[in-house]
Amino acid sequence: MAEEKGMHFSVYRFNPETDAKPYMQDFYVDTKEHNCNMLLDVLLVIKNKMDETLTLRRSCREGVCGSDGMNVNAKNRLACTTHLSALTEPVVIRPLPGLPVIRDLVVDMTQFYDQYNKVKPYLQNDEPAPATERLQSPEERAKLDGLYECILCACCTTSCPSFWWNPDKYLGPAALLQSYRFIADSRDTATEERLADLTDPFSLFRCRGIMNCVDACPKELNPLEAINNIKEKMLEEV
Amino acid sequence: MKVATHTFDAVIVGGGGAGLRSAIELAQSGLKVAVLSKVFPTRSHTVSAQGGINAALGNIEPDDWKWHMYDTVVGSDFLGDQDAIEYMCKNAPQSIYELEHMGLPFSRLDNGKIYQRAFGGATREYGKEQAHRTCAAADRTGHAMLHTLYQKNIAAKTHFFNEWFAIDIVKTPAGVAGITAICIETGEIVFIKSRATILATGGAGRIYASTTNAHINTGDGFGMALRAGFPLQDMEFWQFHPTGIYGSGSLISESVRGEGGYLVNKNGERYMERYAPHLKDLSCRDIVSRCSAIEIREGRGAGPKGDYVLLKADHLGPDLIKSRLPGIRELAMTFAGVDPVKEAIPVVPTCHYLMGGIPTNYHAQVLTVNAKGEDQIVEGLYSAGEAACVSVHGANRLGANSLLDLVVFGRAAGLHVRESIDQGLHFNEASESDIEEALARVYRWNGNTKGESVEEIRTALQKAMQDDFGVFRTADAMKQGFVKLEELRDRLNYATIKDKSDCFNTARIEALELDNLMATAIATAHSANVRTESRGAHARYDYPDRDDSNWLKHTIYFDDGRIDFRSVNMKPEGMEPITLKSREEHN
Repeated sequence: MAEEKGMHFSVYRFNPETDAKPYMQDFYVDTKEHNCNMLLDVLLVIKNKMDETLTLRRSCREGVCGSDGMNVNAKNRLACTTHLSALTEPVVIRPLPGLPVIRDLVVDMTQFYDQYNKVKPYLQNDEPAPATERLQSPEERAKLDGLYECILCACCTTSCPSFWWNPDKYLGPAALLQSYRFIADSRDTATEERLADLTDPFSLFRCRGIMNCVDACPKELNPLEAINNIKEKMLEEV
Repeated sequence: MKVATHTFDAVIVGGGGAGLRSAIELAQSGLKVAVLSKVFPTRSHTVSAQGGINAALGNIEPDDWKWHMYDTVVGSDFLGDQDAIEYMCKNAPQSIYELEHMGLPFSRLDNGKIYQRAFGGATREYGKEQAHRTCAAADRTGHAMLHTLYQKNIAAKTHFFNEWFAIDIVKTPAGVAGITAICIETGEIVFIKSRATILATGGAGRIYASTTNAHINTGDGFGMALRAGFPLQDMEFWQFHPTGIYGSGSLISESVRGEGGYLVNKNGERYMERYAPHLKDLSCRDIVSRCSAIEIREGRGAGPKGDYVLLKADHLGPDLIKSRLPGIRELAMTFAGVDPVKEAIPVVPTCHYLMGGIPTNYHAQVLTVNAKGEDQIVEGLYSAGEAACVSVHGANRLGANSLLDLVVFGRAAGLHVRESIDQGLHFNEASESDIEEALARVYRWNGNTKGESVEEIRTALQKAMQDDFGVFRTADAMKQGFVKLEELRDRLNYATIKDKSDCFNTARIEALELDNLMATAIATAHSANVRTESRGAHARYDYPDRDDSNWLKHTIYFDDGRIDFRSVNMKPEGMEPITLKSREEHN
């Protein structure tokens, strides 16, 4: 069959309005003809030329907005920064695991954003602000590297078995990384409260060090290290 | 269709930097404010800004906001309004300190102050030595800013309509009453009634085939303004960034040149030394882009087809690249397959930013032109950020003035809305038919069953703009482009989507976006065609010189094709005006 020429993709499809249950659909895309280098290029070719009902999120197409996290060949990644050359066929594309599917590759991120909000992800400083900037040494600022770059794509949290088991109680790697981003900030004065909020058996301590988060992060951040740093801070404070 | 009404004091369309900054101002004052964004706010295009944000903090060497203003006016090729530029540059330091206090993780100097780098067109003492005025968070300043602003809004408990798409402005005989919007997830349509409506919808780089812009930059505010009968200003002025990655179009920040990188042609010649011996690679973007385009056209481009130039940074050393330009390195490796530590990056001038937009004063109030040709404020309607044309960028924007623009005027919009509401800015009551009118295009897309796809028309539109309205323009090419666009606009009326689902129907959203892309492209074509001079980013072969006696004025475009003009403000309020001079350096 003519349509079977090209690279083979197997894509998760589900529209609750019309489908009783999800199914996998095969697409064959001539990646050369359509000038595709990245997985997102292929998904847009499918949507634009083959089946406009294929549903996904995308925006910046360069790995900074965090829209197009998905599960590709059993690993969570961003479609826009995933080189086709790095994938074996058939390329199996599913929505991020552990969150309810809205349609096709679009998941409901409410739970993920709620976790983010729970760690009070904003700078708190109870001293009056100076007329100019608050000073921070380059060494103090360097402690935020590897933390502030998070793009909230949810690749880490949705790869975490502890999150799958306790999505309502365990905050998950992305939110905990953000929590540490503010604990580590020399300008933030709420460290004590931030740590106190994490002392229950679930919020932080459900992390079992499985390290899926580290493997999944498309920005090469290390949520596990942030989690361990929070634990160390707790010991220091006691 | 009977639709539900939600009522707010202010509705902000767009969750990028400008929208979020104005929301903070309003939410903190206890007003009922909603931000409506078609993507989760941190996915807005502000996130892609890299290099930084200008402010005369003087952290590296003495600096003065008046020098910043001078550079901005000269960079604008004198089309910028001097009262607005004065307001922006004067308020810049305060705006940066506010961001710092909100938690923005700026890079730091050894003394603990905010790090500032060199950027294009930035000088000290009115055109002398290179200034270091660009505050940066490594090369992820936009990301750091957008996340900080969103975080501050969480603290302020701003109400968000995330993944909602604004359809149109609801207009009554008495004025603007709010907007209609559709929930992407459920297809629900509502009327959002508000005293004040702020359009912070960003740019529209997706009218070009090759752009640094995100997929979402489709000029939604431009379409909305035009359809409601309001004009757009200076739509011919599109900035082509000198260093978009060849092929993918992703941006490589000016910071690479700010940190000491430079452009070379296929012979390894640093050609900017030849064109601009003083500022070289840190000349304004319009100038550098034209020089690169000339190098390529005259056969000195690199690569098998000779169709790009090379951005060299390997001499900066791995330590500097890894600490100051880590994001760039990641982008170059992912999208160009080169590591800038070792190799030059293939780049090409790429559509990046619209200087024009919805005309406003420096309080972010939208302006229109009345029958007598006078400015008239549109009560209750505001615009800020790339969507607006204040105009602080005139014919060419300086690098790192866009993040500044959106923060300063996002804030100004918030302040002015607050004041107006205190002084009794009221609701306009919309009738059912007023609301119906603002839903007309949804009905059209739902009703059409035969016709071309969105993709066919969008691709043809982008190709026409790329071919006929690029870095260099001529009457002949633009005329051709114009014919193509007019034809496409007709075809758009009959275009169709097959996907009629109400569940997260992105095909429908792309269709609604295409209406806005078309409106923006047509406005650009009209405005570019009429301006018979070269100024800033609008460069014509057939009219190669700036013509101040005839064209020192803003172009105003209405949806019915009418063109009008507004004079440029040359009267700053607290200093002497900056007088006209030539921008080109003379060897």
